[in-house]
Amino acid sequence: MQTTFTILLDGLSYASYLFIVSVGLTIIFGVMKILNVAHGGFYAWGAYSAAYAIGLAADLGFPDWFGFVLIGLSSMGVGLVLGLLIERLILRRLYDHEEVIIILATFGLFLVLEDLILLVFGVNPYFAYQPMVFLGSVELGGILRDVYSLTLLGLAALVAFACWYALDRTKWGKILTTVIYDREISLAIGINVNAVFVWTFVAGATLGALGGAYISPTLSVAPGIGIDIIVLSFAVVVIGGMGSIPGALIGALMVGILRAVAVHKFPEFELFVIFVVMAAVLMVRPEGLFAPVKARRI
Amino acid sequence: MRKKTLKNGLKMLALSVFTGVSVLASPSLAADSIKVAVVSFLTGPAAGPFGVPGRNGAELVIDAINEGAMPAPYGSAGFGGLKLEAIFADESGGNAKQVAEYRNLVEKQGVDAVLGYISSGSCLSIAPVAEELKTLTVMSVCGTPRLFEDSDWKYTFRTQAHAVGDSVAAALYIRDQLDDVKSYNGINQNYAWGQDSWKFFDIAMQKLIPGTTASDNPQFPQIFSGQYGTEISTLLLEDSDLIHSSFWDGDIEAFVLQASVRGFFQKKRFISVAGASAVDNLGKRFPEGTVIGTRGEFGILVRDREGELNEWFINAYRERYGVYPLESSYQYAQSVLALKAAMDKASADNGAAPDTDQIISAMTGLDFTSLAGDVSFALGKGHQAIHAVGYGITAWDDEKDKPTVTNVKIYPAHCILPPAGQLSEDWLAAGMPGSDC
Repeated sequence: MQTTFTILLDGLSYASYLFIVSVGLTIIFGVMKILNVAHGGFYAWGAYSAAYAIGLAADLGFPDWFGFVLIGLSSMGVGLVLGLLIERLILRRLYDHEEVIIILATFGLFLVLEDLILLVFGVNPYFAYQPMVFLGSVELGGILRDVYSLTLLGLAALVAFACWYALDRTKWGKILTTVIYDREISLAIGINVNAVFVWTFVAGATLGALGGAYISPTLSVAPGIGIDIIVLSFAVVVIGGMGSIPGALIGALMVGILRAVAVHKFPEFELFVIFVVMAAVLMVRPEGLFAPVKARRI
Repeated sequence: MRKKTLKNGLKMLALSVFTGVSVLASPSLAADSIKVAVVSFLTGPAAGPFGVPGRNGAELVIDAINEGAMPAPYGSAGFGGLKLEAIFADESGGNAKQVAEYRNLVEKQGVDAVLGYISSGSCLSIAPVAEELKTLTVMSVCGTPRLFEDSDWKYTFRTQAHAVGDSVAAALYIRDQLDDVKSYNGINQNYAWGQDSWKFFDIAMQKLIPGTTASDNPQFPQIFSGQYGTEISTLLLEDSDLIHSSFWDGDIEAFVLQASVRGFFQKKRFISVAGASAVDNLGKRFPEGTVIGTRGEFGILVRDREGELNEWFINAYRERYGVYPLESSYQYAQSVLALKAAMDKASADNGAAPDTDQIISAMTGLDFTSLAGDVSFALGKGHQAIHAVGYGITAWDDEKDKPTVTNVKIYPAHCILPPAGQLSEDWLAAGMPGSDC
């Protein structure tokens, strides 16, 4: 019972982390049809910005809780600056090109963002443990757990709720849904599709940066931090269905829980289990669990 | 003219394909200098804790030798009288990229020798290519014993003792210094280095401390994964007294940060085979009481040790880079010293600047002095080095406001490594005959 509870908690915690990172990827794909490989770059920039700011704040004598404010500000700053720059300067020139060209462009952007990190932050690791230490630990299921990782569950729930509310309960969501279903009709009825694209991309970039920023207190923030996460995010999005937010949620839960089971019971299969699930889903349902076969929906 | 050059080039290429010989690689060296590529992680998660300190260690010693500024026995200027021109290359990107990069260094950039490599995956991939291109390659850090136990190599050497020494020394230290260990588990990266480290540690523990129990659920997370919450839960749920880890790079730092908050180090004894870089990088956040190793007489274990070479290295490194040299700084410097010792010997034997075959001949079976200990190419038919390995207990020195280690114990090479001609696993399984520590 104790082990089952721990597996569930570990799985939910990891799933929350995966969902926060991958939801931005799936939103951008759902609206813009762009498989954004540069998403790992947003994650890395979010992590670096937050780690740098938290470290600086600690040196200047700010209280540890202030790190949470800096995580939010870093995510929004990275999403706004990088999202706007990339969409306005590069992607908008590529919308009429084939999807493969856009994928290659975002891959190039990912490499550029990685190299920019080296130029700006250097190769030495950054540490921003203050928010994690500030929240301390709590005993659950017979072992101590850090409260910070548990807050990931709340953050993921908040992000999921915000996505649902924005899409289903706001005018902006209705506009977005219209663009998703038919870009030409949207233009014909007077929707500013360009503006929708810009803010969707900024929102996706901000969510990617939020994933990196929020996880940075638990890590050694070092070059290459965005590489592995982009692979895992793709696995989550592919399992759930490209462009589907409920799909990203279910995909993250499947990957998180199965990985936790593997680590506790069959540790050498940790990585294998993630990709075997992805392969199995693709065999049965190539479009993913939640994406409709033809019309896309988020 | 251009057409003719292209035609000649194609002819050379065709000839090289038929003869199996590279058009550009040459076993002989230029008259007045030697061009050497130094390969380490310059980007990626391993750059900060391992790659860059390693590169810096090599650079410092190469420059000092070129200028004749090293203390004895390396006071003579140059490598066998030749000046060494270093090119620094990145080890990131995986094994396939490294093989391509190695070919590029040898065939296009025309390096005479290659030095470095941190990952065991890199070393296993590069050795066959070094043979094919007939290029002297001195490996600096990687740990898997398979490198010379599965194959014989003419052009490849390794100046770092392999993982068996680290694992046996770890078990000896636990036997000698910790009297309360009844059971153990491990968390090691899921590739050659991590798997080998755990396997050899487990066998050594069973032989040296009979009655201890190994967990049947050792953890093998993916290298550079960064998130260890689930693994920490698994280890905390078990009753094992001690946790063994060969984590290095940013992984050890992330693990320590995540485990510290969960009270892990209050509940478990922790032995880290190669995580000493984290002691410096994390400072007071690194838990006191951890058993720490540096895979030799390197880094924090010998920071306060007297000795002309060691003191020169620490002071010169701090002066140039502003920080203490880490484990990999020593490991890379050790490779440079091996090259210097072999080239000086080959030069003295032949009375002229040595060629590649003469350097190989001089390096095979060579004994040389490293920064804080002695090294012998005693295994792998004279190509695999052996040396002492030490461990200590981490502590924080309030007076000096820096991390330190106490209870340092150094185990000589003959105690912790198999004799020449014997496979590591056979030697361990036989109870380590000949080891008298």
